[in-house]
Amino acid sequence: MVKQITIISGKGGTGKTTITSSFAALADNAVIADCDVDAADMHLILQPDTFETHDFYGLKLAHINKDLCTGCDTCVLNCRFDAILESHIVDPYRCEGCGVCEYVCPETAIVMKEKKAGEYYCSHTRFGPLVHAKLGIGEEASGKLVSNVRQRASEIAESSGKGLIIIDGPPGTGCSVIAAMTGTDLVLVVTEPTVSGIHDLDRVLQVARHFRIPVAVCINKCDLNPEMSQLIFDHCAENGVNVVGRIPYNRMVIDAMLEGKTIVENPDNELSGEIGSMWSVLLSMLGDNNG
Amino acid sequence: MRIAIASGKGGTGKTTVAVNLALALGSAQLLDCDVEEPNCNLFLGFGLEKQEDVLISFPEIDKDKCTLCGRCADICQFNAIAALPKSVMVFPKLCHGCGGCSLVCPDGAISEAARSIGMIERGIDESFNIELFQGTLDISEPMASPVIRQLQEHIDDSTVAIIDSPPGTACPVIASVAEMDYCVLVTEPTPFGLNDLVLAVAVVKQLGIPFGVVINRHGVGDDGVEQYCQNEAIPVLMKIPFDRDIAVLYSKGTPFVKQMPEWGSKFREMYRDICECVSSGVGV
Ligand code: SF4
Ligand code: SF4
Ligand code: SF4
Ligand code: SF4
Repeated sequence: MVKQITIISGKGGTGKTTITSSFAALADNAVIADCDVDAADMHLILQPDTFETHDFYGLKLAHINKDLCTGCDTCVLNCRFDAILESHIVDPYRCEGCGVCEYVCPETAIVMKEKKAGEYYCSHTRFGPLVHAKLGIGEEASGKLVSNVRQRASEIAESSGKGLIIIDGPPGTGCSVIAAMTGTDLVLVVTEPTVSGIHDLDRVLQVARHFRIPVAVCINKCDLNPEMSQLIFDHCAENGVNVVGRIPYNRMVIDAMLEGKTIVENPDNELSGEIGSMWSVLLSMLGDNNG
Repeated sequence: MRIAIASGKGGTGKTTVAVNLALALGSAQLLDCDVEEPNCNLFLGFGLEKQEDVLISFPEIDKDKCTLCGRCADICQFNAIAALPKSVMVFPKLCHGCGGCSLVCPDGAISEAARSIGMIERGIDESFNIELFQGTLDISEPMASPVIRQLQEHIDDSTVAIIDSPPGTACPVIASVAEMDYCVLVTEPTPFGLNDLVLAVAVVKQLGIPFGVVINRHGVGDDGVEQYCQNEAIPVLMKIPFDRDIAVLYSKGTPFVKQMPEWGSKFREMYRDICECVSSGVGV
């Protein structure tokens, strides 16, 4: 069985991608999936060499044929998303592709058309295969794109005999996060000792609990506010959540990013050891979850 | 005047800019549209009062009337209804409330019920005269946009409305940023920051909204963001330095204009620049 670990953060900017890319470097038999599809950053560090590009089709979009339209307004009245303007033009940002207008139009002036909503890619990297994506601007269905990326990553893992999929998840708690978390074996939440860090951690922990997925927590930049770090630690302990790493702030994180490297690729980096031991703990947690 | 504060990725300091701008201006509305992770009030600590639930409709099927024809499942684009050989199943969380199924049902077996996917709260601060509206998406609910749209119905155009938008470039961002007079894009001076800024710029350009950039944690990385802004002729509205004091205040939930009053005038200056740009139509 291929194991899957998803790294998320609730709020952005906690250093999730930095940590995930280090895991990618440490793992020797993994497929990497960048599921932060509307702000994918992992490629900046992994410098992928893409060998496969797939079009992604999200929801359909309504199109009104001006020649057939009599202006009867039936579609306008039935669209629940106010997506059809008075001029009988469909606002592509508001249209959710439900197809109601197509159904009600007495003149069959409306057709639903497939719309390319992004792309996803399979690439070689120095740490193994990477599946990543780009969602078109303002698109819905980011959850669906996440599912496609994960599906392709699973296929690659199966066909190339990889034992693990490392998933970089999106921020928030909505559709794309749910899609990145469901069915994984372990979720690692990377948080930081700030009031918003705690608040957002708490919300994603609730999401994980709701979907019954085992979780672990990493407190990044833990020395920024030691009391707050302790508060997070205690809060996790009370809820039976394992804090697997406490990483201090270090300027080398940004230096590594500027060089396009992961932290662990620099042996002099003081953080390498911390991240390495966190990775071993996570691997053993994944091993224990055999069910 | 409606000003959205947005960023391509999270954690760049969007909320910091939104909250500090509101406090510096006073007499403003602040709408926290980052409904998956609403954070503004962590920095304000207002007493919040619930205003309303965000309701979304979903179908209920009368088994006695249903003839299992399957048309409801056929029209549903969101897989929220499955017609099985002996019953019809509804998955309310996938339902977008489009009403298609009840329209097509030939036997009048479908009625619509409402359920709550989130709520809207309001808080007021008398001394700064700030009215905060906060939207929260319930845990395990996938759709943020309906909460954001309902939140925006509270915008009062007779004053300044500052919108803290969700991160990214997907539909919730469009729901927040469309119909704004101006958009402030917050970024940080790193390769990740630049990558995400370029995506965010594409969004606001496509929507045709005038915009400018705030560089947060200035001095921490490289000058890629500044060069990009210069090449693209994008105004840099403000640079907030990488400063441990600011970072510690942030970690405690204290808006830094409260402790560093000199920043109050910088935010007011930024607001004046924004107004000038909006009235002259430059920067679109
Ligand atoms: S497909 Fe649905 S959302 Fe789009 S315009 Fe038609 S009725 Fe409105
Ligand atoms: S329902 Fe059809 S004919 Fe009537 S306004 Fe809409 S597109 Fe035109
Ligand atoms: S209301 Fe629309 S989305 Fe909901 S179940 Fe019916 S057809 Fe599907
Ligand atoms: S369309 Fe109406 S009758 Fe047909 S399966 Fe659905 S609920 Fe039953």
